[in-house]
Amino acid sequence: MYKLPIGKAIESSIDFFVDQFSFITKGISSVTEAGIDILVGTLMFFPPWLLILIISAGAWAVTRKKGHGLGIFSLLGLGLVWNMGLWEPTVSTIALVLIATMVSIVIGVPLGIMAALNKTFYRIVMPILDFMQTMPAFVYLIPAIPFFGLGPVAAIFSTVIFSVPPSIRLTSLGIRQVPTELVEAADAFACTKWQKLTKLQIPIATPTIMAGINQTIMLALSMVVIAAMIGARGLGGEVWKAIQRLQPGRGFEAGLGIVIVAIILDRVMQQFGEQKQ
Amino acid sequence: MEKIRVENLYKVFGHDPLKGVKLLEQGKSKDQIMDETGMGVGVANASFHANEGEIVVIMGLSGSGKSTLIRLINRLIDPTAGEVFVDGKNVTRLSVEELRQCRQNHFGMVFQNFALFPHRTVLKNTEFGLEVKQVDPEERTQAAMKALEQVGLKGHEHSYPDQLSGGMQQRVGLARALALNADIMLMDEAFSALDPLIRRDMQDELLALQEQMQKTILFVSHDLDEALKLGDRIVLMKDGVIVQQGTAEEILTNPANDYVAKFVEDVDMSKIITAENVMIKPLELSYYETDGPKTAIHRMSKAGSDYLFVRKDKQLQGVVTIEDVVAAKKKGETDLHSILKTDHTVVTLDTPANELFNIINDKPYPIAVVNENKRLVGVVTKTSLFTGLADNIQEGDQ
Repeated sequence: MYKLPIGKAIESSIDFFVDQFSFITKGISSVTEAGIDILVGTLMFFPPWLLILIISAGAWAVTRKKGHGLGIFSLLGLGLVWNMGLWEPTVSTIALVLIATMVSIVIGVPLGIMAALNKTFYRIVMPILDFMQTMPAFVYLIPAIPFFGLGPVAAIFSTVIFSVPPSIRLTSLGIRQVPTELVEAADAFACTKWQKLTKLQIPIATPTIMAGINQTIMLALSMVVIAAMIGARGLGGEVWKAIQRLQPGRGFEAGLGIVIVAIILDRVMQQFGEQKQ
Repeated sequence: MEKIRVENLYKVFGHDPLKGVKLLEQGKSKDQIMDETGMGVGVANASFHANEGEIVVIMGLSGSGKSTLIRLINRLIDPTAGEVFVDGKNVTRLSVEELRQCRQNHFGMVFQNFALFPHRTVLKNTEFGLEVKQVDPEERTQAAMKALEQVGLKGHEHSYPDQLSGGMQQRVGLARALALNADIMLMDEAFSALDPLIRRDMQDELLALQEQMQKTILFVSHDLDEALKLGDRIVLMKDGVIVQQGTAEEILTNPANDYVAKFVEDVDMSKIITAENVMIKPLELSYYETDGPKTAIHRMSKAGSDYLFVRKDKQLQGVVTIEDVVAAKKKGETDLHSILKTDHTVVTLDTPANELFNIINDKPYPIAVVNENKRLVGVVTKTSLFTGLADNIQEGDQ
């Protein structure tokens, strides 16, 4: 039976792009990698106990209206991570997630706004997002390598692809959910499109946008583990090592570290979303 | 001086609005166009004007196109055809940028559900128009504070809208429009979402403010009482068409068609006018049970009536008709017992006029009006009901 050459077509087009553009992507890769090294290096420059204190104090300050729970949890949780000897991988995981999230926000929020304001763009973008989210995450790892080489930048690339959809979707939803009567009032008082966006639509949509960013962070965190297969360091790398060496204890410890980081990031982000309401 | 002039304005919603306009020009109705093409007619061939310093109320039931009409004037909705002039300038021809300036200079708007920005304080809401206009911050705060003072909200400037009651929220809405210092106010059912007592207060305050400001106000309302109270002139709409315009008195005393008459009647008379206002004296029409057919015929011919209420000891017993009385006389009967009908309707003095309309249409005889002691004090006939209503409305106007 004749087989449609879908796989071949993808491969040859990727080959083409790699041939033509890999000098750019490789360049981006080395610059970004240097950036990651600096970020991780800076974070590691602090003694762990000091950084744990700073992060816990920050988490406490953000959520103190709801009680001291998160501050105490951060202190104990990160202390446990340090104690398990996983401090450095944790720091590099946090760095990877933060960078991937920032890239996702920078790409996702403007795209979401465009999708909300332009119907044609919306119709084009939404099926692409569906595709991105249903395609198994592992698949993104493969083309990342020829473009960016093995290492953290390829990991960030696939993490961004995997985690950007909620930012786009929820930004778009938030903007479209701004009550029409408010949009009408803004028009009646002679707003330009930009004024309408900055004075009305984005502020009103902020809680929804923050919920999208929160989901992006969570997805990024889950992808960081998968991305360990192509050379992302950090807790994901520890899990991956544990799998290869059949060390269930070590794997569990690294997994626990990820859960702790996830809970802290999630609660802090949720608080940002609520404060804006 | 003429401030706003609207000429042959149309708005058709749908896939081919210009065709809708053509169909309207050919005399098709809103419903026909909906059936044939699936397009909705918002406003059809509307022409009216508003003079400087005048309050014009655009009135109609829901779906009559009044809210669309007001939005066509500042082009929140773009008209399909026709012109709008403000100070002689054609608003429908303005570019996007010119339109923004026109809105800033001419149009303050107040919305039915307030449409306040929930993330801004009362002061920031009030400043909004000026902020958009990029007025210097100090100056705009000053203007906003003055507007808030005018509407009686001084001291609440740092609250958020959801901390205020409905009436206070709409005061913010009003202040937001006032702060812009535009010369026209568009008010879309501005007080309709408020409860009746607060609505009346707001109407009074608007009138008091208007005394000082002398702005041109277009006020959309579905409430005739509100229209009568606020409007120097009233524009009445139905199915997107202006059916009548004029002063309150002109519309009430001389309704252009049945729709206007019904609108006027439904909202106003029926509530205020009762049986007592429209009944006529029963004396010549009533009769004692002890009398016979001959006397009854005599009384009827004298009163020019074809029925007679019958009473005994001032208590209402029933009604007899001329046919029955004549027949009884031929049979040689001497009293009215056998022909007395008791299916007449009895109402009390305070029965509202709209109920009388319903009753009187079903009944061959007039309605008997009794007082608290069940004594017949009057009757309501079709003639007395209609002439009574007309008289009462004219008196009410003066």
